[in-house]
This record gives sequence, C-alpha cells and structure tokens, in this order.
Amino acid sequence: MPTAQTRASRRGRLIVVEGIDGSGKSTQIKLLHKWLASRGVQVFFTEWNSSALVRQATKRGKKKNLLTPSTFSLLHATDFADRLTYHIVPYLKAGMTVLADRYIYTAFARDIARGVHPQWVRDLYSFAVEPDVVLYFRVPLEVAVGRILGSRAKIKFYEAGMDLGLSPIPVESFRLFQGKVLEEYDRMAPEYRFQVIDGTRSIDNQQQRVRAVVNRLFDAGRPVEARA
Amino acid sequence: MSAQSSAKRYFGHGLPYSEISHLSGTLITLEGTDGVGRSTQVRLLKEWLEVQGYGVIETGWTRSELMSETIGAAKAGHRLNQLTFSLLYATDFADRLEKIIIPALRSGFVVLADRYMYTAFARSVVRGADSRWIRNVFGFALVPDLVLYLKVDVDALLPRVLKSRGIDYWEAGMDLHLGTDLFDSFRKYQWRLIREYNRMAREFRFVSVDASRTLEEIQARIRQKVGSLLEERKIQTLTESLETLRPLLFEPDAGKTPGGQDPSGHRSLAPAVSPGL
Repeated sequence: MPTAQTRASRRGRLIVVEGIDGSGKSTQIKLLHKWLASRGVQVFFTEWNSSALVRQATKRGKKKNLLTPSTFSLLHATDFADRLTYHIVPYLKAGMTVLADRYIYTAFARDIARGVHPQWVRDLYSFAVEPDVVLYFRVPLEVAVGRILGSRAKIKFYEAGMDLGLSPIPVESFRLFQGKVLEEYDRMAPEYRFQVIDGTRSIDNQQQRVRAVVNRLFDAGRPVEARA
Repeated sequence: MSAQSSAKRYFGHGLPYSEISHLSGTLITLEGTDGVGRSTQVRLLKEWLEVQGYGVIETGWTRSELMSETIGAAKAGHRLNQLTFSLLYATDFADRLEKIIIPALRSGFVVLADRYMYTAFARSVVRGADSRWIRNVFGFALVPDLVLYLKVDVDALLPRVLKSRGIDYWEAGMDLHLGTDLFDSFRKYQWRLIREYNRMAREFRFVSVDASRTLEEIQARIRQKVGSLLEERKIQTLTESLETLRPLLFEPDAGKTPGGQDPSGHRSLAPAVSPGL
C-alpha cells in the first residue's frame, strides 16, 4: 500500500502492547503513559476498535450477532485504517510517541482463531505502520480467564467466541477461544520479535521491565531516564 | 462462451470455513460505470428469468444489512480516504456474500449482482491504491459464472446521466480534486474509471455489451448471453447426473450396490433413455 511507512520515514515512536484479555496490558500501558508524560515526552494514546467511522455498524453487528469471521475482521480493519489515518500517522509525523493498546497482531490472533485465512488477514493489514516495539504480556490461560471472570459480571458474545460454536456455555467457550488466541500470539512472538513480558509477575515488576525496554528505544544520547 | 465447469471457486484465499463445493446456483454480475443503466437491466433480466421459472435473488453494491447505513453516513461526510473507502465496500460485500449470495447459490438460485468486486478494483485503482492490495482484500469473493459489462464511452454516458438524475459528487470523483468544475471532473473521473473497466474486461474476460444501444437492444443481448449460459449449465447438470447414473444403468450387478436400487424396479428404462441424450 502507498500509505505504508517504514520506521525511517517518520520521527515519532510507535509502542504497542498486546496480549489476550486479562493479560494486564492495559494497566501496564497506563503506567507507561504516566512515566513518559512525567519525563516530558509528548504522548498520544489510541486503543483498538475506537473510531467513530464504524462504531454504529460494529455495535449493531455485535448486538444482533450479525457478524461472520470475515465481516468481523473487515470491520476491525476499517476501524484500524481510520485510526491510522487520523490518530496514528499524523502524531508520528509530528514526532510524538504513540502508545497503542492492541495493534494489528490482535486482529491476526483473533481473526485466525475465528478461521479466516492467515495470509489473507496479513495482506489485509499490509498498509499498517510497523511499530518500534511490541510488548507482549504473556500469561497462562487460566490466569487470564480467572482475572476476567473475577472482574466481569458477564462475558460478551464475541469476546467469548460464541460465534464459533465451540461450546454453548459462555465461560467454557471463552476459555476455548482465548486458548486459541493465545496459541496464535505465541506463534507470532518470534515472527514479529515481540518483547515478551511475564504477565504473572507483580505489576510494578512488569512495569520496570517495560520501562527498561522503552528506555532503550529512545535516543541513546537522551534516554527517557535522563529527562525531566 | 465455452463450456466451463459449474463448480464455484474463490478469487483468492477464500473463506476457509465456508464450504463451496455444493453451490448449484449461478452467479451473474453486471458491471459498468455510474449511470450506465445497470439497475434497469438487472430488473428486466430478473423479470425475464422468473417468467421462465428460475428463482432469482438480486443483490446490489452497499446494500448489506450490516453496512448500508454506515456507508451512507460516511459518504455524506468528509472523513473517508481511499483506504477506508475500500474497506467499507469490502465489509459490505463480505456481509452480502455470506448472508445472501452463498446461501442463495447453495439453494440453486440465480444470483444477479448489480456491481461486484470489479467496481471496488476500478475505484481504488483510480484513487491510487496498489491493485494487488485491493485484490488480496477481495480474495474471499467467489468468481462469478458470468460478468456482463455494460460498456460505454464517457461522451455517450454524459447526456444520459445529465438527463436522468444529474451529476453526483462521488460519481464526479470530486474527492480526487481533479478540478473545481463538476462537469469537467465527472468527465475526467469517469474516463479513468472506464479505462480501468476496459482493462479488467480483457483480464477477467467480461462479456461486453454495447451500452450505447437502446435499452431493449441491450436487454436482448443480455438475455441471449444469460440464456445460453443457463442452457449450458442445464446440459452440464444432466451430463453430470448421467455420469453418476451410468454404473447403475450399464453394469449388470449395479442394482445390488447400496443406494443404487430403483424402488420401482424398472431397470429396463435405462437403455431407452440414454441413447436419446
């Protein structure tokens, strides 16, 4: 795609967090955001599935269970393309640091677990900007499932992968689906050189690891640590 | 048109979870630029087919349950770029493919599609997209049995559009900023689109129909093409069923194979039927 950009052609840094539901990535990216901001780094935050363009269609599709694996995938790709245009590329061009809670790897993992062709979904997202670092929060399935079930009253239909007919029981379907998603993440980790963070460690311990990784990304002459 | 297999195939990687080996229906698509008269022709063709007893399902660009409202709203604003435009179309298309086209084909309907993936290819390429990317995106599409291309040049198109409903912002490609004058922009944009359709006509073997003719002449030509395709398909289906019957008809102990018994026991009919075909 003509919109695809390499790391060299822009100035800002793109930092991505990935992991299954309940891996703790959102907590970590918030703490990272705080730290970067406190050091005077200009940060912009964007999260998965949040553009206004397809919000209505996605909401309706999910509510009425209209989505198939291909439309689920394409709606999220449209959302991503819109956010890339408005929320990611301009900020990177301005030299800001963009923090993304989930990126194209979420689509790869979920859509492939849903049964779309693995190469098709990769080609679909070939217009994406390559991140500077992907922090992958890895937790065993049971840990993640326990965290989600402990904190939420009800698991949503697509979140539990109920559309796949893995099990009529939502909790069981959720477990099976997340297991498939986890397998896809683990498969991608070496392929895309994810920085793997052990998500079973304490929150502050993980955050130290995250900050160490991010610190290396910044100009060697002026790492984040030395700022402020 | 030469006899081709009635089996459906995907344009690219396809939908791995969707079985298409038993789609007995026929997928016919009408392509052509804005205002060329596709919808009228589709309506007349549907009528004609139904009179003959064919079950017909019609589907049109951006008419999906999932996406039609969103696309309408998006086109009313100024948020879209080439990328999101293409992806909205692809989502709409996927919804109609899985919810309408494939189920109808499975039930043996003739599906008439007013525009197909080629429209997305033409519009994206004219807007500067990488043609490989957009083709990959539509890799989940079924290859149609017949693509009827209503071919017209831009000078024949213009009076027709002006007389019927006037020039529309998107049909003039105003988003491409080819000029501030609506008429000039329409002319340039449609010329580019038509050039792209003509290229694809060769590549994908569209059956071209001269759309500068009268409505009746165009319809007659379309019916002739569709009629011969459906006749061919009938003969093919007969031949295929004869192939599956052959062992039962000609092998002496065929009557003993499981599922092969004629409940009426009229095995003597066999030789009388086959030479006639």
